[in-house]
Amino acid sequence: MTKGKKFITPYLYLLPTIILMCILLIVPIVMVIGYSFYDNVIINKNPVFVGLENYSKVLSDPVFFVAIKNTLFFVLISIVAHFLIGMLFAMLLNTRYLGVMTKGIFRVIYALPWMFTASVIAIVWRMMLNPNGVLNYLMTNMGLISEKVEWLASRDVALASVTLINIWSGYPFYMISILAGLQGISTDLYEASALDGANAVQTFFRITIPQLKPILISLLMLDFVWTLQQFALIWMTTGGGPVNATETISTYIYKQGFSKYQYSMASAGAVILLIVCTIIGIFYVRQQKAGD
Amino acid sequence: MKFKTVAKKILSAAVVGTMVLSLAACGGSGGGESSDDSKDEGGSEGGGDGVTLEFQQWWGVELPDGALADICQKFTDDTGIKIDLLSNPYADTKTQIASGAASGTMADVVGLDGSWVYDFAKQGSIANLTELMGGAGYDDSQLSSQIQVDGNTYMIPVVNFAYPMYANMDILKEAGIEELPTTRDEFLAACEAVSKNGVAGWAIPLSSESPSGIQNQFMTWLWASGGAMLKDGKPNLEGNAELEATVEFVKEMFDKGYIAAGANSMKEPDMVEEFTNGRVAFMTDGVSHLTTIKKEAPDLNFDYLTVPVVEGFSGTRGMDVANWGIGIAENCEHKDEAWQFVEYLMSPEVNAELAVLANAFPGNSKAEPDYSSSDELFVKAYELFQSCEAINEFTGAPTSEDLMRSFGEELQLYIDGDTASAADMLKAAQERWMPAFE
Repeated sequence: MTKGKKFITPYLYLLPTIILMCILLIVPIVMVIGYSFYDNVIINKNPVFVGLENYSKVLSDPVFFVAIKNTLFFVLISIVAHFLIGMLFAMLLNTRYLGVMTKGIFRVIYALPWMFTASVIAIVWRMMLNPNGVLNYLMTNMGLISEKVEWLASRDVALASVTLINIWSGYPFYMISILAGLQGISTDLYEASALDGANAVQTFFRITIPQLKPILISLLMLDFVWTLQQFALIWMTTGGGPVNATETISTYIYKQGFSKYQYSMASAGAVILLIVCTIIGIFYVRQQKAGD
Repeated sequence: MKFKTVAKKILSAAVVGTMVLSLAACGGSGGGESSDDSKDEGGSEGGGDGVTLEFQQWWGVELPDGALADICQKFTDDTGIKIDLLSNPYADTKTQIASGAASGTMADVVGLDGSWVYDFAKQGSIANLTELMGGAGYDDSQLSSQIQVDGNTYMIPVVNFAYPMYANMDILKEAGIEELPTTRDEFLAACEAVSKNGVAGWAIPLSSESPSGIQNQFMTWLWASGGAMLKDGKPNLEGNAELEATVEFVKEMFDKGYIAAGANSMKEPDMVEEFTNGRVAFMTDGVSHLTTIKKEAPDLNFDYLTVPVVEGFSGTRGMDVANWGIGIAENCEHKDEAWQFVEYLMSPEVNAELAVLANAFPGNSKAEPDYSSSDELFVKAYELFQSCEAINEFTGAPTSEDLMRSFGEELQLYIDGDTASAADMLKAAQERWMPAFE
């Protein structure tokens, strides 16, 4: 085999993937980045290069800052709750005090929210959180509230309600991943800790958490990026309203593009989101490499 | 070992070849179906043999199963032009058409909502129908309306959906209301009466996701009494006394608890559900929902009325109208054939058939739909519609959906007490609307 042939062979093998990545990933991303530097592209047949003007407009738009604030609340609360609920349920399912059948049944029940599509989740929760819905009915009968709460229609509670829906729909991913991790921890470690006299809390923090650390870091990073980009659930439940109360970066970008037809502004917003996701992605890759 | 290496290489080459071929197929599929083939096979004017037109719309989903396909098949039988139906729900269709407009890959013929027309026309993604009609020698006097931008037609309403008011007669009877309200004061009195029985008087969907409640529910009050939100094609919100009175009227209903709970996240289907379940006495809604309501609640005793007007109003009442419009993509390579198809849908017979199927009113003034087998309430709605002036100022307005959304947000701020007065609210809305009209 000649030196040149040897050099080129691996790239030939990679060619199909490279072609697909270029068409499906690189080209759209480059186009969106390009759009963000022009005045209104698509609508304007001859767009003019405006440099960073679109970024300046987006970053000086008060609604964008509301969207950032809401996004941070939505993302941080969601991933913390996902982590806590996922860990709790995974440990319940991993306990030796329950039978195999019981564990199997609860594993299916706990994982159910993850099986539904965003549209189904949105419809179900919209019905439950309707002022005349099940939740208000139960809470009224239990004496917890005296008048109907407008869960998705009130600016005071809409963001918390949407976050709750997202927590419900996302925790099974943590639960399943952590459960897989827990089942991979050697029982020798727990036996050794028991012989050393460690209590349950010490065992959890000194053995379980360190053993799960690589999985947990990956989960948190992936969840951060996914929740940051969450659009369907918010759009179908509140549409970013009432009055921007649940506006997030993704709904802001959608409205700029498909409601105002300001594709350049939408692109600028998307590039800002891309930068944040890329930073998290770099950390994720580094962490994966370190794990290897 | 050597055989294995050769086999691996052959397999790799086969995989690469397949992937490249599949990519080529992906790139060429659209053209192959609708444009390129037809060009080769001669998309001649008039004949149309071999031409396939893509028709993207949401109508197929809302019409009885197969009804639109049957209508299109008759056209194919007559002309040889094939129609490839792309039917999806309204919201999906909107997104797909907007994406197609952005990328220049819009389907040949598209179903349009009047609120999208301005933007697509300005974008140059939908064709100027005035030119096509002129070229075909079409007599456009038979069209009940045309949606124009800068004096040229870009959309033709195929069928119209009127928005009268629905009244739950049992709720009204229980509250002691014998006569349907005709004025706003009478309406408030009726709402007051039903609210004593724990029923909401009226409902308005103000969800940010689908802000059409501003068009189909809020503005109907203004239009019914002859008011307008535009003047010479520009926003006329600030200082508009009639609109200010309408805002105050709706705020009063909110303050007095006449409006169904959850308005700020309510969508139109939620409102229909509230009415169907007997939790709301009145709602302003499209006649298109008549069949659904009858099916969901066969025993519901309801009637139609025109939207009540301000005291002393004696002019012709306005009635909100929405429509299924049609347009042709600028990127369509067979505009003449596409126009033939539009002309076919707008012909009196086909248009009448579509109107009956859709529970709507025809877009061709010469069409004579046979409503004899339709519900008597539908016939009443048709009579009310004919007695009113059809109006919808959002049709043909720039970024209509965004106008509705921003108005809705300002309205919610006023209702919640964040804005001091209706005048301030309208001033703020005007400021948000102006950039779209510049």
